[in-house]
Amino acid sequence: MDGGTEFVDGNALAGTLAEVFAVDVTAALARCGSCGETGPLAGLRVYGRAPGLVARCPGCESVVLRVNRGPGAAWLDLRGATCLRVDLPD
Amino acid sequence: MAGTAVPGRLTWRVATLVDAVEETPTARTLVLEVPGWPGHLAGQHVDVRLTAEDGYRAQRSYSLAAPAKGDLVRITVQELADGEVSPYLVRGLSIGDPVELRGPVGGWFVWRPTDPSPVLLVAGGSGVVPLVAMVRARREAGVRTPFRLVYSVRSPGDRLYADELNRPEPGLDISYVYTRTTPEGWPAPPHRIGVPDVNSGGWPAEFEPACFVCGPTGFVEKVADILVALGHDPRRVRTERFGG
Amino acid sequence: MGIVSPGFHGRRRPAVELPPGQYLTEDFPVLSAGPTPRVPLDRWRFTVTTETGEEHGWSWREFQALPAESVTTDIHCVTKWSKLGTHWRGVSLDTLLSDVDTAADFAVVHSYGGYTTNLPLEDLLDGRAWLAHRYEGEDLTPEHGGPVRLLVPHLYFWKSAKWVRGIRLVLEDEPGFWETLGYHEYGDPWREQRYQGD
Repeated sequence: MDGGTEFVDGNALAGTLAEVFAVDVTAALARCGSCGETGPLAGLRVYGRAPGLVARCPGCESVVLRVNRGPGAAWLDLRGATCLRVDLPD
Repeated sequence: MAGTAVPGRLTWRVATLVDAVEETPTARTLVLEVPGWPGHLAGQHVDVRLTAEDGYRAQRSYSLAAPAKGDLVRITVQELADGEVSPYLVRGLSIGDPVELRGPVGGWFVWRPTDPSPVLLVAGGSGVVPLVAMVRARREAGVRTPFRLVYSVRSPGDRLYADELNRPEPGLDISYVYTRTTPEGWPAPPHRIGVPDVNSGGWPAEFEPACFVCGPTGFVEKVADILVALGHDPRRVRTERFGG
Repeated sequence: MGIVSPGFHGRRRPAVELPPGQYLTEDFPVLSAGPTPRVPLDRWRFTVTTETGEEHGWSWREFQALPAESVTTDIHCVTKWSKLGTHWRGVSLDTLLSDVDTAADFAVVHSYGGYTTNLPLEDLLDGRAWLAHRYEGEDLTPEHGGPVRLLVPHLYFWKSAKWVRGIRLVLEDEPGFWETLGYHEYGDPWREQRYQGD
């Protein structure tokens, strides 16, 4: 497998995150805690052939978000994101 | 609040196969009945989960191929040679069989008929599925939003929805790129998609189209790079890579 | 437990000799949580650092000069596949740690690319762990962790870190990449220790 094909888009996070959040957060803007690049979660690079989903910044490859759906629980690690902007109706 | 659509937690639902359409020898559209389906936007996907008798489970995501008709939704599944789920969905699942499904999910790679921007769709292989969902949503909404579709496919026989896409449709222009075999008399030899294909089949960057690119990871990488090189704002290029 | 899909088997078959919940696979799935690091051998280095900061390091040449062993073992991935009778060649951690003076009880393994995993130091000793550089008679490929990966086959395979770069010996346990995301701190497949609390 060559380096360019190991990941998919952040859209692939939608199902798992929809179990946790009340709104779709793949369209939310996240700021990378490492390089500051800001973009939708849907634009992250998701490595899913792993024990969990690992979403990396398309700019610097740092881990922005990780989520693991286990039996009866999900573990979500957002420490690679300094801020999440979610559009909501008033 | 009876009757109000409360967006509840996403849960698995049992869907039943009520109809199937052979699109190509290796791709099948499944028409699934999902009681209480809440509707969806073009470009959204569902997760499908299979459980074997011994408890072994596998889960995959599939794009919804068309707007819902009540409780009926469509997905088109391309069989992968070394696949684990797709061969079962293309050849194993029979009419009346149940399958677990959850969705719709995804709020980024979606097209809304209220968006007046011209639309450029670039599909690689079965990446055409969510893009045709957008074409169908446009048709169903009766809007005149100009659409262009650039469809890269191995050979004429690999084209999904070929008859439907052959029918002329005002405001929808389709161009094809063949990577292995062309139709007879086709003006270009087989080739991988390049700048000229995206340039001539797409919109000028100054039209500020909404661009949707879907296909294998390498294909999407290449097309997204081409679009940005042609001057499109990266924020207007939405991608869906499906690996491989 | 959801509904059962009639006639669906997946690629795997259950086998009696496997740890609970595991399925046999013949191929060798590639799992990765990030881009595959490419480490040129002339820049490759493996380091053991003790709790006092004492460092022991090996260049590729020095590593190659260490005595290697052949290992045949079953491997078990927490994503439920198991592969039987895999053949490896590598240097025992007993060899690498023989001159290391430490009072540490735990080891934190770190990799090129940033991955980490933790385990008790004793699980690296007594012929139970290797730095493997050959797999099935060939150099270990980058997607499977080459040039060198850790091999600790008695624990779930996420402990067998790919692209290994060093081991830090520490007095207190420090959960690694998957251990901080809900996975079990120890990960014994025979006790099915997949998740925290199992």
